[in-house]
Amino acid sequence: MLFSVLVETRLRPGIADPQGATIERSLPHLGFEGISGMRVGKAFRFSLEAADEATAQAHADEVTQRFLINPVIEDADVSISVVEPA
Amino acid sequence: MPPRVGVVLFPGSNCELDAMEAVRDLGGAAEVLWHGDTSLGGVDAVIVPGGFAHGDYLRPGAIARFSPVMDAVRVFAADGGPVVGICNGFQVLTEAGLLPGALQKNVGLKFLCATTTLRVETTSTPLTSEASVGDELRVPINHFEGNYTCDADTLAMLRSEDRVVVRYLDNPNGSVDDIAGVCSAGRNVVGLMPHPERACHPLLGSTDGVVLLRSLLASAAASVR
Repeated sequence: MLFSVLVETRLRPGIADPQGATIERSLPHLGFEGISGMRVGKAFRFSLEAADEATAQAHADEVTQRFLINPVIEDADVSISVVEPA
Repeated sequence: MPPRVGVVLFPGSNCELDAMEAVRDLGGAAEVLWHGDTSLGGVDAVIVPGGFAHGDYLRPGAIARFSPVMDAVRVFAADGGPVVGICNGFQVLTEAGLLPGALQKNVGLKFLCATTTLRVETTSTPLTSEASVGDELRVPINHFEGNYTCDADTLAMLRSEDRVVVRYLDNPNGSVDDIAGVCSAGRNVVGLMPHPERACHPLLGSTDGVVLLRSLLASAAASVR
């Protein structure tokens, strides 16, 4: 089966986010009001071949935890969907 | 026989020659450790130098930590061998789990290239054994992601175990607790963002890095195996 994987990462709570802070500071100058809590993360999209959904989820979780994020400072949400059924 | 210092070379490292030159100027022997090698060839100390290993893609150090040579560095470190990561090398060692914490983008989002003043906080590491606590050293930084961060528990542990090695007097990048360098629980692995090898000759504007690299050579000489 072919799965589509989306990994969204964000800095863990309490970890300073210089990019988010800079963006948030610039918003009022551009006329955007009422925006707070700006945090910048990354998104990874890829395809994954696996026998079934549980296996696909496990593989996607492993590559995320071992390589795509630094668990010291980042969290991630991993979502998968079927592209081609078996 | 002078102590032998191995300098790890990843694709994208760019401070390995500076580090080797500085080691040789101080009477040590220096050699390249190729990132694809699985052995350190019997060196007495390891420097993981600055640069942009593997282009810093994904995160600085995120790819370099999987290089074959890093398994050998891990074994060498576990055996008590002196290992120093400078700048990108510090980032590699944190990604590899050999040092706690992580290096984030600088507060202010500027690439910083400047001389900083460091305060030596402990002398019980292979990088500071010949210095004195309170020594103030002028050493340059050259980084975009040098903002040291860790959770509150880790910071408390680093402080209580005297593992903050050097602090900035005038914090340039937002690092927690002004931290410029830390050491491992075993104290033999040290990482710092500033470049001592670039402060080893009057022509470079400072010779304050000499005491740090002389310390490393003394540790290397003591660890000849």
